[in-house]
Amino acid sequence: MSRTGNDSRTLVNAAQLNRTRYRVVLVVVVLLFTAAFVGPVYLLVTDGLKGTTEAIRTPPTFYPHQVAAGNYRDAWDRLDIARLLLNTLWYAFGALAFQLVLDVAAAYSLSKLRPVLGNAVLALMLATLMIPAMVLVVPQYLTVLDLPLLHLNLLDTPWAIWLPSVANAFNIYLLKRFFDSVPKELLDSAAIDGAGPLRTLTAIVLPMSRPIIGVVSIFALVNVWKDFLWPLLAEPDPAKQTLNAGIYSLSLGVPENVLIAAAAISALPTVLFFLVFQRSIMSGLTAGSLKG
Amino acid sequence: MTSAAIRPVSRALRRNLTAHGFLIGAVLCFACFSWYPMVREVIMSFQRQKAGRTSWAGLHNLRQVVNDPSFWPAWRNTAEFTALALLLGFALPFAVAVVMNELRHARGYLRVLVYLPVMLPPVSALLLFKYLYNPEYGLFDHVLALLHLPTSGWLQSPDMAMFAVVIASTWMNMGSATLIYLAALQGIPGELYEAAELDGAGLLRRVWHVTIPQTGSILSLMLMLQIVATMQVFVEPFVLTNGGQGVDGSTTTVVYLIYQYAFNFSNYGAACALGLLLLLVLAGFSAVYVRIDRRLER
Repeated sequence: MSRTGNDSRTLVNAAQLNRTRYRVVLVVVVLLFTAAFVGPVYLLVTDGLKGTTEAIRTPPTFYPHQVAAGNYRDAWDRLDIARLLLNTLWYAFGALAFQLVLDVAAAYSLSKLRPVLGNAVLALMLATLMIPAMVLVVPQYLTVLDLPLLHLNLLDTPWAIWLPSVANAFNIYLLKRFFDSVPKELLDSAAIDGAGPLRTLTAIVLPMSRPIIGVVSIFALVNVWKDFLWPLLAEPDPAKQTLNAGIYSLSLGVPENVLIAAAAISALPTVLFFLVFQRSIMSGLTAGSLKG
Repeated sequence: MTSAAIRPVSRALRRNLTAHGFLIGAVLCFACFSWYPMVREVIMSFQRQKAGRTSWAGLHNLRQVVNDPSFWPAWRNTAEFTALALLLGFALPFAVAVVMNELRHARGYLRVLVYLPVMLPPVSALLLFKYLYNPEYGLFDHVLALLHLPTSGWLQSPDMAMFAVVIASTWMNMGSATLIYLAALQGIPGELYEAAELDGAGLLRRVWHVTIPQTGSILSLMLMLQIVATMQVFVEPFVLTNGGQGVDGSTTTVVYLIYQYAFNFSNYGAACALGLLLLLVLAGFSAVYVRIDRRLER
């Protein structure tokens, strides 16, 4: 975002700005922010490289005096991170697939096919945004234990993460609002050419909706990756746990330095993901939040 | 009825069937994992489960929950967390956004920095903070000692534990609020600042009379959302203080009590009753917000 024109002046008038004072403020802010936000991430990586005695030494060291890179290997083996990582990926991409298929279809139906009672359904969906998530955890857990009518127990299956992730009113809202902006004439001409609703969706609506699909996809993945309590409850079997839940469960049994190394390993994929997709992530954040 | 009249009816029927077909998957998921649990939450608050049999309990669960010696301390801790989190977590992102909006360089870099902690898995960040808070070998006390400032037991001191939780929580979460404020600040027309300056308003007065009123609606919305979110705090005290109690129950929150009823004591009735109380309190905040917001818009 460039701010060259005079029309985009802010609190302080750029033309009257004292250049040296601005430089000083800029440098101070950049250094302060770097220390505050990268500092802990730096410690996360380097504290995992300290030896066992150095990790609990008084006073602590700012960098590992003796690099013990073996911690990372140790953490990988002892906490079975490969399995936790694969589980988390499987849950995250499964949730993504379910959300993309079911939420896109639902939003398309609510926006363009407009069935009877569609608005009532939409209102009921949006109403769930008002319910605090933590209040619902207990009855949700009991529902997963014994699914109504079918009497299935979804505990320790990926379904316990995939299916509840579809009940995301925010996705429906974002997608529907985007689909609403697709011009009706386009869909009408497709219908005249003999395209059914499914073909219209895949051939016309979806290609136009790439930005919003991107935003929804990113948040679907990030939500599963960051979630803690639900996977902890829904996948109690240690062989089925996610990274967050698995590392937490084993946190009392391993030395500090190995634990920090494990935490660093589990943070790495999200950091890389963020650095690659930062533009879409940050624009998606403001697209969703300014809903008023 | 003639066949000409039947055709549109059957076409409308078919159109509706297709539309509901597209809708059904998501509706079933909402029904199972949002709508039904919500109804169940309310019903179970008034039910008792004993030896696999369910019976009506009236207000028994509610009475049991209120008479629990942890009940009032948990609300006090939650209120303390909310107040501290607002003091820090509400003011800081706004101040940071205002400063960021003034800078003409390194904007992309700063935005990435502020949002980076939001992307970290919470357990990773919290385990690190727990390590840094350690009064013996943690870095925080060491740095404070180097600066000749008073050190603290952090999580192991009943007075400081909640404050320590708030610091970690703010660090982890402030990125989203900051970027939202930044977007709102960029929508303020420059002429307003120009005019205020011509009227002789200094820097602080411009913030007070232009920046804050212009971002007022987003600020009040975020305030409400943050109150609702922070009242539900769970993960931070849970990971930082080994299961969420802390020294002398100093970090026991309402949601932690719910968790304990449900998953440590299998007392689902009490868990739901306390959940319902929390829901009512949060709904109260939302109602107050809606009223104030309406009055402001008028």
